[in-house]
Parts: sequence; C-alpha cells; structure tokens
Amino acid sequence: MTEFTPSPLTNGKGAAAILAVAIGALALGIFTMAGDAVPSAASFFNVWAPTGPLSGVTGLSIIVWLVAWWGLSLLWREREVSLKGVNWAAALMIVTGLLLTFPPVMDLLQGK
Amino acid sequence: MEITLRDAVTVLHGMGFGGLLLLTFSGAGIVVYSVCIAGSSWTPTEREGHFLGLYFSVMAGLAWLAVIAGAYLVYPWYRARPPAGTSDLSAYPQRLLMSDPLTTGWHDIGMEWKEHLAWFAPICLTAVAYIFLRYRGQLRLYRGMREAVIGFIALAFFATAMAGFFGAMLNKNAPVRGGRTIVILRSRS
Repeated sequence: MTEFTPSPLTNGKGAAAILAVAIGALALGIFTMAGDAVPSAASFFNVWAPTGPLSGVTGLSIIVWLVAWWGLSLLWREREVSLKGVNWAAALMIVTGLLLTFPPVMDLLQGK
Repeated sequence: MEITLRDAVTVLHGMGFGGLLLLTFSGAGIVVYSVCIAGSSWTPTEREGHFLGLYFSVMAGLAWLAVIAGAYLVYPWYRARPPAGTSDLSAYPQRLLMSDPLTTGWHDIGMEWKEHLAWFAPICLTAVAYIFLRYRGQLRLYRGMREAVIGFIALAFFATAMAGFFGAMLNKNAPVRGGRTIVILRSRS
C-alpha cells in the first residue's frame, strides 16, 4: 500500500497572512500616532468612551488587518509569491508600526 | 482573605490570560527549533501539524482574551477621571501615577506603550496558527514562511513580555482596585 502524499500547496495564502500582519501592524502604528498627535483623530477613534481612543485605534487596525488578509488571500490564493520580497516588506512595515507606538518616538516626531 | 472585583479581573487579565500565554511560549520555542530552524530533522506528519496548529490557536486565543479583557474591562477602571476636588486618588490609578513626577513615566511610557504594543501578539499568533493549520508538514518546503513564523513568534513574545512587565509595574505603583469584595477564605479565629 502506498502512502498518500498531498500535492504541495502554493505559498500565496501564507504570504497573504504574513503581509496582512504587517499591514495591520503599520495601521496600528499610524492610528496610534494620529490619535496622539491630532485631537480630531483622537475624537474619531473614541468609539467607546470608557476605553477612549484606544477602542477605535485597535478596532480599526484589526479591520484593516482582516480586510488586507482577505483581499491578499483572494489575490494570491493560486499563486507562488516571492516570500523574500514579502518578508522584507513585512519587516519594514512592522518595525515602522512598532516604532510609531513607542511614546518617545511619537514625542520626537511631534517635536515634544 | 478577600479580593475586590477589579483586583480579580486584573489578575484574570494579567496572570490568567497573560501569564498563561507567556508560559506557552516555551512550547512555541521548542516547535520553532524543531520545525523551522534549518538543519533540524523533524517534519511533522499531517496529524502532528494539525496539533501544532491547534497549539498556536490556543496561544492566539489567550492573547485575544488578554488584550480584550485589558482594553475593555481593566483599562476603563485605570483611566477613570476623578470628580473635581478629589484629593485621594487611590481609586484613579492613571491620575495617581500622573500626580507624581517620579511615577508619571509608568503611565507616559509604560501604559501608553503597553496598551498598543500588546495587540501585536494576537495578530501575529493568529497568522502563525493559520500557517501551521494550512501548511502543516509542507511548511518545510517554504523557508521564507518558516522565517516569518520565527519572526512573528519572537515579536509576539516581545509584545507579551513587555506588556506583562509594564502591567506588573503599573499595578505595583497604582493598583486597580474597587468594586464588590469577594471573600475567598475566612479565618476561624
């Protein structure tokens, strides 16, 4: 009896998951910075008053992440994607997103 | 022996979901070493790959519970505004920390970073769980995807550890307390 070996999957859906995380992380950084620097943005993000702008910043970032994941999955579902390129782009976006959430960096960018 | 409701919820958020999540990273480290580091020889079977996917799903679930409980249960108590003229700020942790130049940094840097940084963990771990559930043993075929998995797990660990550290320090300097008192044990004497 021969063992069943599944045919290799394309890497497109995995690449979509990777890049979507980075897009979500970058969105989180940008929204955090905007909420801190722009009073009207802070009001916009104040979706649930007890939690304040954090509710909108994180909620909207999650929506961006999920929509990006869904869109990229549709786009790349049958494709082989350059994971090296995806990883470099993802690393750049994640580091930027991470830095934008760090208060001393936010203060530096705002000249505080 | 008693605890207030807010204390109990904070313990559940930090030591329950967050602490348990930190413990699970030891298992994740072993998986990463066995499956993702070049030169290792273990290729998970379909069943093992499915189990690993479930393991990372549990980690992602703990991370989501930790951030949601933190943002929507504990944080509103932390940032509550005292009525004008309040001199005892012990029930208003954020204001208590900001009232002293020696403790305001715990809020300005600690809480301000933690409340956003922590969200990187569930997002990264959800992607890792998905990749393991979808690719299972075939993950060995994709070096770039394994590298991304290592990066996401490292980032999730960093986010969880930093959030945990600042959470513990914030709660030492300005505990979130109040609400109904829950008696856990009553002394007989």
